[in-house]
Amino acid sequence: MIRYFIPVALFAVLLVLLALGIDQAPRKDLVPSPLIGKPAPSFSLPSLSDPSKPVTSTALRGHWYLFNVWGTWCVSCHIEEPELLAIARTGRVPLIGLDWKDSRRQAIAYLQAKGNPYQQIAFDPGGLEAIHWGVYGAPETFLVNPQGIIVYKYIGPITPGAWARDFLPRLPATDAVSGS
Amino acid sequence: MMRAALRSGVLAAVLLLAAPFAHAIAPTRMPTPALEARYERLIHGFRCMQCQDESLANSPVSLAADMRRQIRQMLLAGATDQQIRDFFVSRYGYFILFKPPFVLKTAWLWLTPVVLLATGAVSAAWVIRRRAALSARGDNDEDEPLDDGLAGPGKHT
Repeated sequence: MIRYFIPVALFAVLLVLLALGIDQAPRKDLVPSPLIGKPAPSFSLPSLSDPSKPVTSTALRGHWYLFNVWGTWCVSCHIEEPELLAIARTGRVPLIGLDWKDSRRQAIAYLQAKGNPYQQIAFDPGGLEAIHWGVYGAPETFLVNPQGIIVYKYIGPITPGAWARDFLPRLPATDAVSGS
Repeated sequence: MMRAALRSGVLAAVLLLAAPFAHAIAPTRMPTPALEARYERLIHGFRCMQCQDESLANSPVSLAADMRRQIRQMLLAGATDQQIRDFFVSRYGYFILFKPPFVLKTAWLWLTPVVLLATGAVSAAWVIRRRAALSARGDNDEDEPLDDGLAGPGKHT
């Protein structure tokens, strides 16, 4: 008699398995980065505001920083902008921008109109630097430690909740963020 | 006259608007046929990270164009196919390859179908042998004995 229930039971198991698969599936637009725990790419790029002054990874050594990939063409970056300004005001960690595939003139006008959360901005009109960081959309934000290791990557606009949940616990607790 | 001028103006505008799209997808030429063939093979093997079910070869998004440019530059600089694959895998993970390699991390991906097939084959063989054994003994408890009057002598004798 029990043998008649075996197919039903198997079907039920399959159903649960598939339901879990749908429920637990990682979001397809969030691809985990293999760069977590690896050294950030070394770079030397022209600054957005002054092409003669390069933004370099060596100058950033010894400090925590957020590496934020953005562009004026990116709608989610506009949504993220107020939160970036709020993060900049806390002074916990400096923001380094990578202005990705953008026009210099438009980017400068955008920052003048909305406010500039960045300490420095590297300009990457050709988009090849972003490939080195494994970027596939904007905004993407990397947290880099004083040893130059990528500690964390956040995909999409940073929300106040994401800042509190995903970034703050990874930063040193004291005000020694920009020192030591 | 006026209308003809207007018409050719509109035609020119339409053609000009279409021009960027003519170059949207991999129109590039490599200096030698061998390089061209390697380039073609490579761009078909990488996933476009934005429209994830398309290859770099078929994707019109500008990130894919940047990646194709990167591949082209690496090929011209003398990189091997493996070096180019490693370059992208180290930055985007195995996800960027349409055909992931067989390594420890991807073993389950390659082995699961084999395991499932083997399980199915073994259970099928088991069921078939069991059925055969049962019907050979003639006391199939699953079905009522077939007594349709056609059964030959011996079964009930």
